[in-house]
Amino acid sequence: MTNHWIDLRNSDVILVMGSNPASNHPISMKWIMRAKERGAKLICVDPRFTQTAEVADVYAPIRSGTDIAFLGGMINYLLESDLFLKEYVVNYTDAPFLVNPDFKMPGELDGVFSGYDEDNSSYDKKTWAFQLDEKGVPKKDTNLQDPDCVFQLLKKHYSRYSIDIVSQVTGTPRDKCEEIYKAIGSTYVPNRTATGCYAMGWTQHTVGVQNIRAFTIVQLLLGNMGMAGGGVNAMRGEGNVQGSTDHALLFHILPGYLPAPTASLAGLKDYVLKHTPTTKEPRSVNWWSNRGKYITSYLKALYGDHATRENDFGYSWLPKLDEGMNASWLALFARMYRDQFEGFFAWGMNPACSSVGAGKVREALGKLKWMVNVNLYDNETASFWRGPGMKPGKIKTEVFLLPCCSSVEKEGSISNSGRLAQWRYKAIEPLGQSMPDAEILNELYFRVKKLYQKEGGALPDPILNLTWEYGEKDQEGKVRHLDAHKVAMEINGYYHENVYDKTASSPKLIGKKGDLVPNFVSLRDDGSTSSGNWLYSGSYTLKDGEVVNMMARRGKEDPTGLGLYPNWSWAWPVNRRIIYNRASVDPKGRPWDPERAVIKWNPAAGKSGGWEGDVPDGPAPPLADDKKGALPFIMKPYGVGAIFGSGLKDGPFPEHYEPLESPVPKNPMSEKHRVNPTIPIGKLQAMAKDPAFLFSFDYERYPYVATTYRVSEHWQTGVMTRHLPWQLEMHPQQFIELDRELAGVKGIQGGDLVEVKSARGQLSCVAIVTDRFKPFLIQDRKVHLIGMPWCFGWQYPEDGSGGDSANLLTPFMGDPNTLIPESKAFMVNITRIEKPARVSDQPGSDSLDRGRG
Amino acid sequence: MADKSFFIDTTRCTACRGCQTACKQWNRNRATKTVQRGTYQNPADLSAATFKLVRFQDIRVPPGEEPKWHFFPDQCRHCVNPLCKMVADGKGKGAILHDGKTGAVVFSPEVKTTPDDFREIREICPFDIPRYDGASGAMRKCTMCIDRIREGMLPACVKTCPTGAMNFGDRETILDMAAAKFDEVKKVHKGASLLDADSVRVIFLLKDDPDTYHQFAAKRNGVGGTGTMAFRRSLHPRSRLKTS
Repeated sequence: MTNHWIDLRNSDVILVMGSNPASNHPISMKWIMRAKERGAKLICVDPRFTQTAEVADVYAPIRSGTDIAFLGGMINYLLESDLFLKEYVVNYTDAPFLVNPDFKMPGELDGVFSGYDEDNSSYDKKTWAFQLDEKGVPKKDTNLQDPDCVFQLLKKHYSRYSIDIVSQVTGTPRDKCEEIYKAIGSTYVPNRTATGCYAMGWTQHTVGVQNIRAFTIVQLLLGNMGMAGGGVNAMRGEGNVQGSTDHALLFHILPGYLPAPTASLAGLKDYVLKHTPTTKEPRSVNWWSNRGKYITSYLKALYGDHATRENDFGYSWLPKLDEGMNASWLALFARMYRDQFEGFFAWGMNPACSSVGAGKVREALGKLKWMVNVNLYDNETASFWRGPGMKPGKIKTEVFLLPCCSSVEKEGSISNSGRLAQWRYKAIEPLGQSMPDAEILNELYFRVKKLYQKEGGALPDPILNLTWEYGEKDQEGKVRHLDAHKVAMEINGYYHENVYDKTASSPKLIGKKGDLVPNFVSLRDDGSTSSGNWLYSGSYTLKDGEVVNMMARRGKEDPTGLGLYPNWSWAWPVNRRIIYNRASVDPKGRPWDPERAVIKWNPAAGKSGGWEGDVPDGPAPPLADDKKGALPFIMKPYGVGAIFGSGLKDGPFPEHYEPLESPVPKNPMSEKHRVNPTIPIGKLQAMAKDPAFLFSFDYERYPYVATTYRVSEHWQTGVMTRHLPWQLEMHPQQFIELDRELAGVKGIQGGDLVEVKSARGQLSCVAIVTDRFKPFLIQDRKVHLIGMPWCFGWQYPEDGSGGDSANLLTPFMGDPNTLIPESKAFMVNITRIEKPARVSDQPGSDSLDRGRG
Repeated sequence: MADKSFFIDTTRCTACRGCQTACKQWNRNRATKTVQRGTYQNPADLSAATFKLVRFQDIRVPPGEEPKWHFFPDQCRHCVNPLCKMVADGKGKGAILHDGKTGAVVFSPEVKTTPDDFREIREICPFDIPRYDGASGAMRKCTMCIDRIREGMLPACVKTCPTGAMNFGDRETILDMAAAKFDEVKKVHKGASLLDADSVRVIFLLKDDPDTYHQFAAKRNGVGGTGTMAFRRSLHPRSRLKTS
């Protein structure tokens, strides 16, 4: 989230789209309800009428996979109606920037932007560039009139998204579109804000990144970025998913969003050169210019004294991706399926249920030599070899199931959706032989290291030179018990040498060797500092000579009255609660909304003025200061919010394409390109030469749109919650929700067993027939949509009554930028199979206990 | 300690079912074996092991109308004058206690009740709350978490509610809160109602017709009993009450 949970209460209009917070983020509703109490409007746009919809002020149905059409219509409406904050747009976004005159858009090029290479499903982005002046700064038209400026291009591009077209694509009634566009548009004035809450309903599409970008454009036009009650808010579900992403769960990054090194970048210098953006814009802070300090400090944290200037701080020991290599989830499992892996760690994961194309994933697991599954319970992954359709005698994969303990049985930090790193304590000792994950890693590390010491091996250095100072060691050198505090301190970072301020006439000691660094501003690229993750630098540090775990703070003061609570634990970066907050003030540093001032410039503070409120995005004076004034979007090279997203693979503006599998034979926005022209369909299919990976474009065979989701009662694939009898009692079995009309045609009643089939597999579900699902009118054709949760699996409950995973049906394809799979929109067919055998709801209870009929 | 009440503002209920789980957890009530029956609501009904149940009403709406999905976190209303207690007392004291301090109506886990007596007690309840534990012969239902209240804690369901749907406190405060919220909700929802505020300690605010939430949401004629009936029954415990 750019903002945070509590901040939802400051909003005037809350757009819930691509998420269902009432079910999946119950605590967010606490703050949404507070906003509603203040008179805020809650808008819910969803293919189905959800628990959130029931408490919303406005609900609009949308066909799954058409969010860009809906949001494109919104952008068009805002621009047509002059509902944008001009001063913000001109000063804080790239709207005035002039683009290469050769740049062409889908309206002119039949569905693609200029530079499209059909053979490689990719773009040459030469024309997606800004026109630069002699100093290398983008040329601008601050009147926003030049036909080549981003603003005019945006206007032209989205002029194709009239409400009529939007309604034909999305199935959303015209009046609903207009009502919602108007409500969101009402926040273009400086003292009103809208926020957007999204989750997997936006991300898990072949246009996932562009779904979100479309809304960032809306928020930039309305001047809602950086504001209290504004922002673009990804609702993170898993308690620590923000932390795991920050610490590089994904293949393309190292901790702190440093790009993963690639093979062509042989030395640290090459890496820094390639990944450090430069800018000629004098008022841009261009924070990523610090890349060299962060990667060097990261290497120092990894290798300590082994990392020296002479050996490039151990850069050569980092694993490298081949150039252009895709090591995403989909690619890994496609390779595993092709027998290209020996071993696999499924750590706290259950891919046999959580992965799209789960059937193929289960087969792929059978091609391994060994698999380690670290989990609280046995699950469909660890037990895949005895699952439905498997022949255990033929599977050679050796499975090790290591029991780990739960979050309440260990100490450490958890980073929540609002980037708040909160320290948590151990409530009880781990049960049985279970161990914290970190202890399991400690054991593993020690044994692997010993093998390398004894046998050498191909590349022992990265293991042998790793620092592992996480607690007292036994005589063999093994850390007895891993101390979470030591890990947190390493992440914060240390001074490895005495560091002096050499600008002073007599050099002044600013950092003492062995001390914790105060924050990332202190990090250096000369090997004198370390930090395991620069974003977390400042989370465990020295305050007035005392070591303070900032994440364990529990202060309840709220000086701004906005719910920032600056003394409650710690938020990255540097305890900033709302990021991009420099955009919450006008160029003179005066809050757009004085009633909800996130920060404000006080010219009388200190020697030359200072900021009050939240920790600002950098200390520089406001933009209007001629000498030192800085632009607000400090992570962007030009210092402004990017409406023109030339960094993406599939276009600088979001354009509607149909989901890979869709009920629409033709994309009404483009004759030629029905699906995202940059998704590498061919590549993945070639990787996994199996027909089951294929997709069906036969909408007569698979006529119904399907989507998947979660329920409050179960967590992810349900491994943790299916074992909790109280949770299972509430949602005991895989179900399918469908509209009454479709149910009528198929002869299905609530409680009936239904077989759902896609090109990938089939699944038995119990029917819920409901008016909460309604057929859509898409281009004058009736389209039905069904939905299923994905929290069930064959392995538990043990009697198999839960059913199996909805991911047996989902397509093995994803967004070209992130490869996040498209599990929210695909095509299926359904048939009623039989009346399920009814069992008593309350076995053992007296017959008297039945309801009075 | 002043007497207590709940205010359940269903306009804020999102059916996360935190209350249903918290109730089971605090009361150590077992999970029952359930099946998917074509609704989110599970278990199907209150039972000796389920004192709090979020009822999901998937409402049939005419074509062209907006969907409706009503949530009703059902539980004992802890009546100001509990009819169940009047009937139970007629059969011998002690099965049902009416706590003088809080106003909680509590079934004694120690007192055994015969199936016939239980049937009468259940039938007199306007809200169809009492349930019977066949194994122990005890009657069971929501206890108002009186064991928590006595320790200065909120009832488990209230403590866990994230949205402010579940509220608990001194009756006077709760009645004010309910009245104020009712006034506000009425402006938007013409059919809103505040259920039985004068006679129960668990006061529901609904935005729509009570029937669209639950058959026994509001007290009504012909269901359960009146004070006179309960009194009569306490005098003639063998007589059977006729319900339509």
